[in-house]
Formats: sequence, structure tokens, C-alpha cells
Amino acid sequence: MKPVRKQRLYLILAMVVAIAVAAGFGLNAFNQNLMFFFAPTEVVAGKAPDTAVFRLGGMVVEGSVQRPGDDLLVRFDLTDFEQVVSVEYTGILPDLFREGQGIVSRGRLRTDGVFVAEEVLAKHDENYMPPEVAASLKRAPEDLK
Amino acid sequence: MGSPPHFYRFTGKILPWLSLLCALLIATGLWGGLVEAPADYQQGDSFRIIYVHVPSAWMSLFVYVVMAVCGAIGLIWHMKNAEVIAISSAPIGASFTFLALVTGSLWGKPMWGSWWVWDARLTSELILLFLYLGVIGLYAAIEDKRTASRAVAILALVGLVNIPIIHYSVEWWNTLHQGPTVTKFDKPSIHVSMLIPLLLMAGGFKLFYLISVLIRARGELIERESNSNWVSELLEKR
Repeated sequence: MKPVRKQRLYLILAMVVAIAVAAGFGLNAFNQNLMFFFAPTEVVAGKAPDTAVFRLGGMVVEGSVQRPGDDLLVRFDLTDFEQVVSVEYTGILPDLFREGQGIVSRGRLRTDGVFVAEEVLAKHDENYMPPEVAASLKRAPEDLK
Repeated sequence: MGSPPHFYRFTGKILPWLSLLCALLIATGLWGGLVEAPADYQQGDSFRIIYVHVPSAWMSLFVYVVMAVCGAIGLIWHMKNAEVIAISSAPIGASFTFLALVTGSLWGKPMWGSWWVWDARLTSELILLFLYLGVIGLYAAIEDKRTASRAVAILALVGLVNIPIIHYSVEWWNTLHQGPTVTKFDKPSIHVSMLIPLLLMAGGFKLFYLISVLIRARGELIERESNSNWVSELLEKR
């Protein structure tokens, strides 16, 4: 390779590396702001804001969904399999909302530690399968592991 | 491949074959995805959007990498063909990005409950669209096309840092967007009957990009070289 071209090649490589490093530092500094939601463990540990609105994500605990009245109020627990936070929500839930499903809710903490949600979004997982396969998975989960 | 006239003749010969293969792949992929594949156990028929959404999202990243690499080759070796392929890729990549964003949004409303959320995956993909638009705009703003190609290549290389961010955003941060299904290291968490049409569509989209970038590059080459001998010979033959 001619020296001029070699120099240009090194210049370009250096530029790409420098930008990557700068972006890495930047993203690292704003790591917390880039998180779309807090996990229940972080909320219990007091890392989530006390008064401001934030998002809470987790799995809906099996058997925890209750509708106390005949209005749209619904109560359920969210877990990351370490800690549990109770959530209250008034409104229409998305189609994919069900027990054992991951969801993300936006709202704020009440003083008694219950999370009052203003919005509930379903977080879909990355698994795709026909219903028959899902049914047989449920029957014999250890077969496929 | 280095000389424009040779590039022009060679691509003219292979284009019909590529088009045939592309039509075949997309037709079988669509049939397999929309008719043959079973409905998903949770999402029902709505999951079928992945047969357009996922290939376009993959292509939006792939085209950008091609554009940046061709831009770098143009910067270092001053190869005309590389410059032309780089700039011809930009509108196609922008279209794939737009398609990925729109189909994702259409799916997001019924499944997540929202058209749009500012999570890391969606935001970085939107930035990718703006990068493509920036490349197109910058190229159009500079009169001398060889200078424009150099400016555009630097912009494309700066934006290259966004590509790994988009890909790993769902692993590095909490996002509403689900994690990778097909490209993770252990076996894909999608049933084979659903995976095969997806891969056919991905192949079809790759070929579609190849075809459209070649057509655009041929046009761009003729325009740039309009004063040269091989173009006037080409015109005389007609």
C-alpha cells in the first residue's frame, strides 16, 4: 500500500476508535438514564425516586391479580424473582397482560410503598411458538430443557 | 471490478438473475410466513409482522455498515465504484429503517399498548434514520460529487458507532423491546416452522437491497461519467 493511503487508513481507524471510546464513556455516564424501567429490587432498595414519576418493570406474580370492585381498579404484584412490589392501576390493560407475563408500568410510589400506575405496557418476550408447542411445554417443561 | 465501464457491463448481466431469485425468495417467504406458519401461542396472528419488521430492521443495520465501509474505501483508495455504492445505499437504508419503525409501531399498539416509547432500542433506531437522512442531505448540498462523497463518508463513519448500540441496546439496558430471538448464541427461541419463512424473507430482502443498490449505482455512475468515452459509446449503441 502506498504510504499516503496507509496514513489515510490509520487516520480513519483512529477516528472510528476515538468516537467509539467517547460514545462508550458518554453512555456509561448516562447509564441510569438510559434504563427504561426500574426493577422491584431497586425500588425496595430505595434507588427509585420517592416522589417523581418513574417506570417499574417486572413479572406479574401468578395468582396476585385482584379486582376488588366492579370498576376498572386492578391490583397485582410485580416481581423480578427477588423482591415484590404491589401495583394499583385503574384502566384498560393491554391484550398481552396476564399472570406470569412481563410488564412495564409508569406511575409513582405512594407513601405506603404501593406503586400507583398511570399506564401499563406489556413487555413481550423473545419466544415464538405455535399454541400446541406452548401447551406441551407447559405439560412437560423438563423434557425440553 | 475497479473500472466503471466493466462494473456497468457486469452488473447489467447479473441483474435479471438476481431479480428472479429475489422474487422467488420473497414469494415463498411471504407464503410461508402469512399462510403456512402457525399462529403464535400468545400474540396470535399479530406476530406475523416479524416477517417484514425483522428483515427490514436487520437490513437497516446491514446497509449502514456497507455504506460506511464503502465510504471508507472511497476515502482511502479513491475508488469511484465504492463512492457510488456508498451514496446509492443511503436512500435504501433509510427506507428499510422507516419500514422497521412503522411496522414496529403498528405492532406495538395492540401488543405493548403504545405506538411509541422512548426506550434505548427504539430511540437508537430513530437516530439511525436521522443519520441516513443526514447523509442524503449532505450529499445533495455539495456541488462537486467527489467532494460530496468524501464528506458523506466521514459522516457515515462517525455514525457507525450507533450500529453496535442498536444491536446490543436490548442487552445493555432495560428496554420495552424484547431481546434477540434469532441472533443469540444458543439456539433461536423461535419454532422452526416460523423461523424458515423468516430466513427466506431475510434472504429476499438482502437480494432486494443488492438489486436496488446496483440499479441506483449504475444510474449514478452514468451521471458522474457522462463526459467519458465509455458512456458516449454506450449511448451510440442504443
